[in-house]
Amino acid sequence: MSSPARGPALRPDEAPREDCPGEPGPEEGALTRHLSGAEVAAEVQSALPGVGVKGEGGTLWVEARDLLPVARYLKDEASLAMDCLANFTAVDYLDHFEVVYHLLSLQHNHSLVLKVRLEGREGLGVPSVTPLWKGADLQEREVYDLLGIAFSGHPNLKRILTWEGFPGHALRKDFV
Amino acid sequence: MALRTEPIVLNIGPQHPSTHGVFRMRVTFDGEVIVGLDPVFGYLHRGFDKLAESRTYTQFIPLTDRLDYLASMSNNFAYCLAVERLAGIEVPERAEYIRVIMAEAMRISSHLMAVGFFLNDCGASVYTPLIYMYREREKLLDLFDMVSGQRLTYNYMRIGGVSHDLPPEFLPALRKFVQEMPAFIDEYDQLLAENEVLLARTKGVGILPRELAINASASGPVLRASGVEWDLRKKDPYSIYARFAFDIPTAETGDSYDRYWVRMQEMRQSVRILEQALAQLPEGPVRAEVPHLVRPPRGEVYSRIEAPKGELGFYIVSDGSVAPYRLHVRGPSFINLTALREMCLGWKLADAIAILGSLDIVMGEVDR
Repeated sequence: MSSPARGPALRPDEAPREDCPGEPGPEEGALTRHLSGAEVAAEVQSALPGVGVKGEGGTLWVEARDLLPVARYLKDEASLAMDCLANFTAVDYLDHFEVVYHLLSLQHNHSLVLKVRLEGREGLGVPSVTPLWKGADLQEREVYDLLGIAFSGHPNLKRILTWEGFPGHALRKDFV
Repeated sequence: MALRTEPIVLNIGPQHPSTHGVFRMRVTFDGEVIVGLDPVFGYLHRGFDKLAESRTYTQFIPLTDRLDYLASMSNNFAYCLAVERLAGIEVPERAEYIRVIMAEAMRISSHLMAVGFFLNDCGASVYTPLIYMYREREKLLDLFDMVSGQRLTYNYMRIGGVSHDLPPEFLPALRKFVQEMPAFIDEYDQLLAENEVLLARTKGVGILPRELAINASASGPVLRASGVEWDLRKKDPYSIYARFAFDIPTAETGDSYDRYWVRMQEMRQSVRILEQALAQLPEGPVRAEVPHLVRPPRGEVYSRIEAPKGELGFYIVSDGSVAPYRLHVRGPSFINLTALREMCLGWKLADAIAILGSLDIVMGEVDR
């Protein structure tokens, strides 16, 4: 195994640009568009019949068993192209947990919130989305560590912020 | 006959001058070449998300200073913005300008440290570039000191504005800084842009390809160095950023040099924003009428800003009480580490140090 070749070479555009034609003037610039959960849900249902999805405001609810096919569709469908998992976390609501994916399309500049509802408190798990978005790697480990949700298919599901052998999961509401 | 070799595992850190805080890399070598790398952290984990649940919304502001402590006002900004969005609070015009001035000054200050420590990691010459960078950062710290009385953890912004108006000596000092800074950036370029050591150590080293950068959720200068034109100040403008003319510097290869180069250009753009903000700064109140105990309605928000290190997001769930039900910090330093392994594979130990330096991580934000 050898290192790639290296050598000094200067960029042609090394000098700073003083004036910049074509830049948007003041008061311009569009915002990231938040997709409607209901519209995306209808689209997903027509493309993947039989999956458990439901739209509600800006949120797309999906059944844990259907997470991977739905997530793959959101990523691969050209009109959605959710190429980036911007943020990932979970919330403890005592009787249930919500797993929250903030998806972002850099290509179309739109975003969508994907959520999975998990009933109960023990033996919780959802499929890992690391095969689709590598950005889930550390974030899923954090949720596993702090909230005790397992991600099946994660390549390296270990505690990340606390140490191996730490008792319990610190962000659960019953952890004091 | 082939030489029989076996891989060696080496621990770098957690106590090591080049790991930028208490950070450990468990590196596997085949000879001198890196064949595996596992980042290990959590040494500075203080449980911010949990602490927020037992504090009022205002009481959490000083804690945000301790996330990315090289850009603490940017953290104040991101958090206050999230709470304001959740509670529907309007910020007075002057306060918006003051916030933008602080955020851009903070970006210059943070990038100065990023570049200075990066050159240190490259061994460009021990400490010299860093001392040059400290020279300008010192002036910025004096400015922050004027408004907040602090040099590192400012706790200056409040929900609905900022804590005080600018003191009389602030604007003349900032004008002087804005006038002088471009010449200092030129000086850095003169010293560094074609520096033999810097080029040899960083050109083509630690390439993060465009697709991987997006897929691994990289953000900030790391993403832009990989050729993605993505800056939340332009793509999802918050506060009053839509009023300013500036560019998004991007590079193409995504090597360590590009990450350095993008930061240098961003400092120039921040100076441009500061110039415009100074010219437009209106008079008026600096804080909206906000109750002492903010009680946002039930609901949730994910609000993000372009912090110096990338997308700094706050996800807050409110149950209508005086404290967040759940708060999650999306730290750019943390998520930018995702692709560290891929960037380091095939390189040598000294390159891994430089690649880590080019990512510009702050452990306060990684471990939270």
